[in-house]
Amino acid sequence: MSVVLEQIFQVGFLAAIIRIATPLAFATLGEMFSERAGVLNLGIEGIMLLSAMTGFTATSLSGSLWLGVLVAMLNGMLMGALHALFTVALGLSQHVCGIGVTLFSSGLAYFLYRLIFGQQSVPPSIKGFQTLPIPVLSDIPVLGPAVFNQFALVYMAILAIPLAAFILYRTPWGLSVRMVGENPRAADSAGVGVIATRFQAVILGGALMGLAGAFLSMAQFNAFTFGVVSGRGWVAIALVVFGRWDPWRSAGAALLFAFVDALQLRMQASGLGHIPYEAFLMLPFIFTIVAMAFMSRNAVAPSALLKPFRREER
Amino acid sequence: MRGITKSFGAVKANEAVDLSVAPGEILGLLGENGAGKTTLMNVLFGAYAPDAGEILIQGRPTRITSSADALAAGIGMVHQHFHLAPRLTVLENLLIGIPGKSGRIDRAGGLTRLAEIGRQHGLTLDPDVPVSALSVGEQQRLEIVKALFRGAKLLILDEPTAVLAPSEVDGLFSALRSMAAQGLGIIFISHKLNEVRALTHRCTVLRHGHVAGRVDDPANTTSAAMAQLMCGHEIVPPARGSSTPGEPVLTLDGISTSKHSGTALRGVSLAVRAGEILGIAGVSGNGQRALAEVISGMISPEAGRMTIAGKQVARFTPREVQALGLGRIPEDRMTTGLVTNLPLADSMVLPRIGTSAFSNKGLLKPDAIRAFAEAQIKAYDIRCPGPMTRAGALSGGNLQKALLARELAFDPKVLVVSQPTRGLDIGAARFIHEKFLDMRAKGCGIVVIGEDLEELLVLCDRIAVMYEGRIVGTLDSGAATVARLGLLMTGAEGKA
Repeated sequence: MSVVLEQIFQVGFLAAIIRIATPLAFATLGEMFSERAGVLNLGIEGIMLLSAMTGFTATSLSGSLWLGVLVAMLNGMLMGALHALFTVALGLSQHVCGIGVTLFSSGLAYFLYRLIFGQQSVPPSIKGFQTLPIPVLSDIPVLGPAVFNQFALVYMAILAIPLAAFILYRTPWGLSVRMVGENPRAADSAGVGVIATRFQAVILGGALMGLAGAFLSMAQFNAFTFGVVSGRGWVAIALVVFGRWDPWRSAGAALLFAFVDALQLRMQASGLGHIPYEAFLMLPFIFTIVAMAFMSRNAVAPSALLKPFRREER
Repeated sequence: MRGITKSFGAVKANEAVDLSVAPGEILGLLGENGAGKTTLMNVLFGAYAPDAGEILIQGRPTRITSSADALAAGIGMVHQHFHLAPRLTVLENLLIGIPGKSGRIDRAGGLTRLAEIGRQHGLTLDPDVPVSALSVGEQQRLEIVKALFRGAKLLILDEPTAVLAPSEVDGLFSALRSMAAQGLGIIFISHKLNEVRALTHRCTVLRHGHVAGRVDDPANTTSAAMAQLMCGHEIVPPARGSSTPGEPVLTLDGISTSKHSGTALRGVSLAVRAGEILGIAGVSGNGQRALAEVISGMISPEAGRMTIAGKQVARFTPREVQALGLGRIPEDRMTTGLVTNLPLADSMVLPRIGTSAFSNKGLLKPDAIRAFAEAQIKAYDIRCPGPMTRAGALSGGNLQKALLARELAFDPKVLVVSQPTRGLDIGAARFIHEKFLDMRAKGCGIVVIGEDLEELLVLCDRIAVMYEGRIVGTLDSGAATVARLGLLMTGAEGKA
């Protein structure tokens, strides 16, 4: 057993946690912004998939990784705007529209991928992001190679957490977002454009979801496959609840999930081979359910979540 | 405001209403529920677009299509239901919509301004507590400060005293007088005549969406004269004739509860006889809610017995007690009274939906339901576009009438009501009281749970006082005074 543990807990393991947490952190922060403004975005799974596809395609055709990232973000923003159009401007059911956005985006991603790349025996791949060691910091023992010898997108995710907290808690726009998510009528009577603020928050959330997708196809796998997202979007929705709609806690939740996921990967690879690997695959999800059940009891959702805002309604 | 007209569907909420306020003036806006006071103010504040008419601010016609426009024009509004985010802090609620300083929330500036307003008008607030930790009075203060914070020159207060304790009302009035003295215009919406007379300089009375009259000297005008303007006819308090109570129709014997939130009952015994109105007085939160819920079968007592019309209640379920002849009007009309998103007609038959009157072999009889609702709407003068209106769109008085109609239509032997006239205007309250007295004459036993002692003294034959889950005393109407009841309510006499 100690051999197994030794295999598991090493520098590579820490690095894997950070790497696995990155797309989850982007996605969770994106969903959090949207929900703080009162809009549940169940389109997240599909938005991540479509962004992963468009980002990958842009890079594959142009050779520029950053252009791919940009395309993925813009694509995420566009799908966010679509979701906001239905749920904010038209005030339709956030559940139904979100699932619609996911189904539409996934279908579109598969369709466009086939259209552009055809049916190839060897799936096309790109030369994805390479690790970018940060001078001096990457020399710190253990922590250095784990945290500061990563992809550029990982550093972006790490910076995105305090930035999100700053925006949400320290800027007038962030206050508006929180207010429209708690009491849109109060925001409206204070002269804040409820519809505009919600649109902006959902679109910002879409950009972050796009980044999450880009990370998967352009840094983690360097290829687009139909299973590239495989439920990470749904997990992010749970992590937002687990993180109580707070950027720091949400990021922490992403890290915790990544820990369990990295652990199960190691366990698959280690000497516990007589257990079917599917059992290990379940672990992070079982963890999510258990964590949700125990930790989220006193989590209070934004009061106006799921509630469309119409001014003249009494 | 000139010639303001606004309709909701077929209902004209405002028709050709003129109104003016000068700086330093407190204008009273009087009217019964549904007279169009709130609608008029929402037009002024940009929440509703008027169908016709114009708004002039300092003589200039101004288009107000959003609250942002209203704020820019110097109009601030304190709504009846506060527009605050409970989980955000006082300061955050103040700073919402205010541009920051170099991209950040201007915390220092906000604190300075808050302190300034506090000094000027005696409205002090702790900036960093979440709003949910504030009392209702403090939340209202925050709403006023919020309006001043944005530089309001005209402040609209929609029924501000409805939520306040008497001591808080005095504080509010002195703050409002101080603001008026410093040149602010104030519109004070109310249906409480004594408040309007005490506070305002002038007042405009609305009735059915029209201006029914103006009073230039409210302090020296009688309440009766103003009430007549409001209702269109004279208001006489109902006379409670004598009645000879019959057999007990509701008895509670040593009822104790525990498994619920709020104050539990500890050995409550009481009896209501046919043709009697029993009042339950007490400071809110001393077990009145548990009492109402036990009687209406919503919670089961741990110990004790209850009988309705001589029969012992075996299972405490709403259906069981209802079948025994109990009618109830709950405290919260919106959540436990009616289903606000369903048509009024459906809400009115809901407790009896399974009876043969409204359904047959598991299928509803829509025509019967509609006919019943239409008859009640007519009989009780419930103002609404029709039986298929969403219940939530009705005003408080009309909702209460609908609830009363629903219960009384089935001749209950006992009626339990909580806070029967809270938030209602004189006309509606008067109507409800009359109905209670009618029922009393017909031999119904009525339990009125309330905090308004004046109301209980007018209505009740006997008044029991609750304190910490017990009944600490029962007074006959002849012996009961506000002072004696007040003493019992603090538990003083109970301990002695």
